[in-house]
Amino acid sequence: MAAARMQLLSTRNVGILSRGWLTGDGPRVRSLTSPPLCPSPGRALSSVSATRCGLPKERMSENGVSPRAKVLTVDTMNPTVKKVEYAVRGPIVQRAVELEKELSEGIKKPFAEVIKANIGDAHAMVSFFPLYSHTSFYFKVLALCSYPELLNDSRFPEDAKSRARRILQSCGGNSLGSYSASQGIESVRQDVARYIEQRDGGVPCDPDNIYLTTGASDGIVTMLKLLVCGKGATRTGVMISIPQYPLYSAALAELGAVQVNYYLNEEKCWSMDISELRRALDEARRHCNPRALCIINPGNPTGQVQSRQCIEDVIRFAAKERLFLMADEVYQDNVYAEGCQFHSFKKVLFEMGPEYSNTVELASFHSTSKCYMGECGFRGGYMEIINMDEEVKSQLTKLVSVRLCPPVPGQALMDLVVNPPRPGEPSYDNFMRERTATLSALAEKAKLTEQVLNTVQGISCNPVQGAMYSFPCITIPEKAIKEATDKGQQPDMFYCMKMLEETGICLVPGSGFGQKDGTYHFRYTTHDYNILG
Amino acid sequence: MHEFSGGVKKPYQNIIEVSASDPHRGGLRPLTFVRQVLAACLYPQLINSDKLPVDVRQRAQRLLGACAGGSVGSYTATAGIAEIVQSVSDFITRRDGGIPSHPENIYISPGSHWNIFTILVNSKSSPRSGVLTPVPGYSNAVMSLTGVGAVNVPYYLDKEQGWELKVEELHRALESAKGNCKPVALYIINPGNPTGQVQSRKSIQEVIRFVSEKRLFLLVDEVYQECVSGEKSDFVSYKKVLFEMGHPYSDTVELASFHSVSNGFFGECGLRGGYVELVNVDPTVMKYIYKLFSKDSCAPVLGQVALDLMTNPPQPEDPSYPLYHLIQKMKATLLCNLKRFMEVLNSLPGFHCPPFEGGTFAFPRLHLPPKAVHKAKEVGMQPDTFYCMRLLEEAGVFTSPGCDFHLKDGSHHIGVCIMISEEVMEELLRRLACFHIQFMKDFS
Repeated sequence: MAAARMQLLSTRNVGILSRGWLTGDGPRVRSLTSPPLCPSPGRALSSVSATRCGLPKERMSENGVSPRAKVLTVDTMNPTVKKVEYAVRGPIVQRAVELEKELSEGIKKPFAEVIKANIGDAHAMVSFFPLYSHTSFYFKVLALCSYPELLNDSRFPEDAKSRARRILQSCGGNSLGSYSASQGIESVRQDVARYIEQRDGGVPCDPDNIYLTTGASDGIVTMLKLLVCGKGATRTGVMISIPQYPLYSAALAELGAVQVNYYLNEEKCWSMDISELRRALDEARRHCNPRALCIINPGNPTGQVQSRQCIEDVIRFAAKERLFLMADEVYQDNVYAEGCQFHSFKKVLFEMGPEYSNTVELASFHSTSKCYMGECGFRGGYMEIINMDEEVKSQLTKLVSVRLCPPVPGQALMDLVVNPPRPGEPSYDNFMRERTATLSALAEKAKLTEQVLNTVQGISCNPVQGAMYSFPCITIPEKAIKEATDKGQQPDMFYCMKMLEETGICLVPGSGFGQKDGTYHFRYTTHDYNILG
Repeated sequence: MHEFSGGVKKPYQNIIEVSASDPHRGGLRPLTFVRQVLAACLYPQLINSDKLPVDVRQRAQRLLGACAGGSVGSYTATAGIAEIVQSVSDFITRRDGGIPSHPENIYISPGSHWNIFTILVNSKSSPRSGVLTPVPGYSNAVMSLTGVGAVNVPYYLDKEQGWELKVEELHRALESAKGNCKPVALYIINPGNPTGQVQSRKSIQEVIRFVSEKRLFLLVDEVYQECVSGEKSDFVSYKKVLFEMGHPYSDTVELASFHSVSNGFFGECGLRGGYVELVNVDPTVMKYIYKLFSKDSCAPVLGQVALDLMTNPPQPEDPSYPLYHLIQKMKATLLCNLKRFMEVLNSLPGFHCPPFEGGTFAFPRLHLPPKAVHKAKEVGMQPDTFYCMRLLEEAGVFTSPGCDFHLKDGSHHIGVCIMISEEVMEELLRRLACFHIQFMKDFS
């Protein structure tokens, strides 16, 4: 039945392979085989910019005497880069940094400090939340791995030492400084596989399907690179929720893929509707070739936690419509609301039986940056690949080898995340205490955020079911909208800029994540609850 | 990494892995100062104990103070922690004899290549963007470039002249690209990888004139700059030469130079700490470069810390200096390894190992007997791959075949990392010599 089904992602339709890149005996000079395209808009523009400089570029190459136009200009650079935006570190954050600098220079502002509620980084806010603990066990192990002489130091517990020894043994030269295998340290991948099996109630996980990555972002971008190909009407379309985490829109823009938006339902607490997926897909098929469906669960920026039923419906939809599923599950431990539970796509897939579990192609992503760990700076992550064509998988392995290997400390940290202190071990009690404290602090703040924001006129906030953010809807007065439009700014950017200048609070405008036309939002990182006053 | 499967008996206990430059894997120890600072950053209680030298503790304290929330677990600014970017900038200024370096032109990143290549290469244009790359050359760079859609335009280093880069060859390569692609950049590796040649100042000037005339963006991989024996040429950076050439070159030639903590005596490959310095890049383009980097969030913080230590090492008055100064001993080890390697290989029939100036790789030439070449063809392998596979299976020494570096002139080579401990080098040479003599006998 399912066995004969052709895989969606095969070596015939993997974009990066169609450039002859990873197959054959390696890169070589290639003759241009594609038919000549019409001159790109970039080229037409380049003559305009040259005129603005007063000197046509073509003439300059003869004498090489300045002034001359540069080789790399906005007109000659890769045109897809022009569309890349990443709001989380965008213009508002840059302004926030400027304001911080001004404050430090003694310039008076209506606020004493800038509060960066723009980024999901729990530890960065530790000065506001001393309760917020690092998982001290992890840092002990990493310190031991970095400087193994500390293995003789009695300050460090035995369970930390044994984990450090095990990690070091799996590193070349017993050092975190050696390159690891590109797919990641094998023993770590094995531990990840075991963790996934436990999490998913025994559904088997093959370590060979695990790829350690530099944060989840690296895995997501790598998969998109494999998926995106084609030209014009056959250009790959990738379905992504609106609102979404802007890594997706940035990566799709950079790769020149077609972003296919499906809208989450704000009235129903940002839930997914299959009918909306259907609408988006049908519309997209008119102008591109949709091949992948990305889901962020729990959601960023919206915080919704998908129900099991919804996940099953999505899987059925993906199976029927032959879409590669990408499940971004980095917030899997951050679930707060009553009645909500995290269900991994993998688990649900396998529980739906072989008709689906043998055929639906799925990549799930996780990271050390979120949940209770919040260790963003280590850039640790993994992806699990299910039902990928074997040949494509070996090309994926080659693709990841180009970036050599993920940071080894991040791999070590991931190992600890999936292999934490066990009951009976010396560090267990403290670990559980810290973990519980962090998760309940996050849960409490999520609830309080929703409550407080809803008391403010003009702001309406859905319950924060999970993740680390709230995405309230704001009503912006007509006058403000007009002023914003006159300035060429999105109204919610205008609102957030004013907020920043007047109160020092840095939020990210909803336009950075995508939203229904005519609606405005901002993303607020909930662990900064205390500043809401 | 290699596995011994199913208890198969081998005449060796372990694999000597020297196919890539990975000093710790090859038995070299990490620098104590570096590891102590990392440990103190991870476990700040160490800052208050007197177990570690005072300069270690001060450095950890300063770096943690520069991290958001006082933790190496926090995200950092996109281009890197400002204080560390400043350290890198100061290092470059010092290295280049005072030629100023500006922090806003520096990005710390794990593998900084991708984003710069992405912005340079227009894979949609017709003709497509091309990039000139060296042969033999570091294949990862070529894969990164073709991965973003560039057409690879190889230029050949001169085998007979110590792998020298000849400008005439650059001209030829550029000519060859006509009708195929539109070259936008020239990728240089100095010191060379795997070839180890160190460019003279004169050669660098010629290259700069060439890119200026031909309107190419200059990409310079200088990750081996610390590893130069200095017998023929000292390392001088492209940036320095560019600025010393003055106007018009110094204010027009667009340059990106790369460095990292992976390849010198730090050998901290696994920490993924590197930087790119951009020179004369259009300010509007710089804004887009920022956006590209920002979606990756930031470089791993421990890698950034290692970069700070490399660019701002202990000074003679610091307590850690004597131990840190062991770097000099490592330099001596490298030179010693180099000499031993050449000595042994040049004594073996069929090997020719010319002297090399820099980098951490030896790239000896192998003259294989016709029978071996024939056998390789039979099993569908390149001859040097065949040799390296045999060397791995029978002697447990993992090297890189020359064809991995895109040499296609029919000559055969092997690539061997020599930035390893003296003990590992002796063992390597013993096994290699033994294997080689047998191999040549078997295929005579």
